[in-house]
Amino acid sequence: MVALVLVEFDAAGIKQPSRSAVAAARALGEVHVLVAGNGVADAGAAAAKLDGVSKVLVADAPALGNFLSEPLSALLVQLSGNYSHLLAAATAVGKSVMPRVAALLDTQSISDIVEVVGADTFVRPIYAGNGLATVKSSDSKFVLTVRSASFDPVAAEGGSAAVESVSLADAPSISRFVSSELSKSERPELTAARVIISGGRGMQNGDNFSLLDPIADKLGAAVGASRAAVDAGFVPNEYQVGQTGKIVAPELYIAVGISGAIQHLAGMKDSKVIVAINKDEEAPIFQVADYGLVADLFSALPELAKELNS
Amino acid sequence: MKILVPVKRVVDYNVKVRVKADGSGIETAGVKMSMNPFDEIAVEEAVRLKEKGVATEVIAVSLGVAACAETLRTALAMGADRGILVETDVDLQPLAVAKLLKAIVAQEDPKMVILGKQAIDDDMSATGQMLAALLGWPQGTFASKVTVEGDTLTVVREVDGGLETVALNLPAIITTDLRLNEPRYASLPNIMKARKKPIANMKPADLGVDPAPRLTVVKVAEPPKRKAGIKVGSVAELVGKLRTEAKVI
Repeated sequence: MVALVLVEFDAAGIKQPSRSAVAAARALGEVHVLVAGNGVADAGAAAAKLDGVSKVLVADAPALGNFLSEPLSALLVQLSGNYSHLLAAATAVGKSVMPRVAALLDTQSISDIVEVVGADTFVRPIYAGNGLATVKSSDSKFVLTVRSASFDPVAAEGGSAAVESVSLADAPSISRFVSSELSKSERPELTAARVIISGGRGMQNGDNFSLLDPIADKLGAAVGASRAAVDAGFVPNEYQVGQTGKIVAPELYIAVGISGAIQHLAGMKDSKVIVAINKDEEAPIFQVADYGLVADLFSALPELAKELNS
Repeated sequence: MKILVPVKRVVDYNVKVRVKADGSGIETAGVKMSMNPFDEIAVEEAVRLKEKGVATEVIAVSLGVAACAETLRTALAMGADRGILVETDVDLQPLAVAKLLKAIVAQEDPKMVILGKQAIDDDMSATGQMLAALLGWPQGTFASKVTVEGDTLTVVREVDGGLETVALNLPAIITTDLRLNEPRYASLPNIMKARKKPIANMKPADLGVDPAPRLTVVKVAEPPKRKAGIKVGSVAELVGKLRTEAKVI
């Protein structure tokens, strides 16, 4: 039984959610990793150092650039014969590619697994995490996306896997990458941050999110938001933490002006320590917070920034 | 061109769902049901494309129990032209839904299928991608902006670090993200009008598809509860607790 994990990477190496997907795959048996893209020799070398990986497949071709779903899924299907399990992190890339792969293999993909029970049995959240479903698949091949917050990532260093080149046999030319506008931020990514500070509707407008900046700077935190704040146009959607945004589990999560709708809780309730700052003492966020502060955020945030500097 | 919009009947967004005591699933008896919110965004986008003259007809499809007809009526009240109900009591999983939709696409020949990016009940986020795969069509998942020019569909997508734009050859699949549009409320006259719009009824067997589930639910458990925390009286006390008690800063 060998599992193949599709990994994502950037100039800094293999991304943390992908290293968590490798960790999930290790619970299944031997792990190979697929690095696919345009000019990916460095990423291939980085993947070879991942702890617990025995082989790295590198597919380097212009058609595979930018993680475009159609050629990537064709490649995974082409390679699938040697593998019992195909995995990827439940990121925008993994969520787009893996169900497409599964359908081409006539398999029902299993999204967002949080636990490996056995080769064919997995636990995954349903209804915004209000239920944890244990599902058993009757398929002969398993296509999975992995909730990275639920698996400690494997170390980026320590392994020495063999690297093998593979080529994409048949690239479908039905789609084309045009451009990307990625938010430029010095801060860590939400899904990889040790500390997250998030704002909600209580922030009142986008400008007020700058009140979070000095605290985020001091703590090395990522900045997030509730869906209400995104819907109100305060911040872009990539800030969203919750059922329909990013699922996070940092060591410290600070929720500011967030009431705590179940859809938001679904995205952060596995955080190690939760702090809530809200002026409404009845806000449901206090039911999951380890430390609650009933206060007006407009006075509490500057005070917090000051206190952290002392 | 025709646009097909699948709509799913799910437990309403505002309902606090409960795990059944015997662990066999989620309690849905007597619970308010509505159209999956992302599917409302899909219907809205299709209707807007029709209002712009890009689409000629919007066909809503719902798959599941007989009561899915109500979900179709909502789509018709929002502006879809007609409905198709694929009726079955089988627990439909994304692969089966994609196969059924593929058969409907073969009958209706739409140039675009717009689906919600995920259903808020099973949170699978898979049907659109699976349908695209089965049809050999390109997919624009998590769309926040859609533009049609000739045979090309340009889709701005919500990705992890921001936005990405892809160009797809039509026919194509779109799955909707939150910011694609704000769905309209159906007006009373339109709700009345929707009652007269046609809904075709069929069964999975009519489409030549075996809808049997591939996944068996072994059990559904409640997630572990967090222990109740404490209220602190001041910012200074909060920082003190985080430093010395929780030791996270």
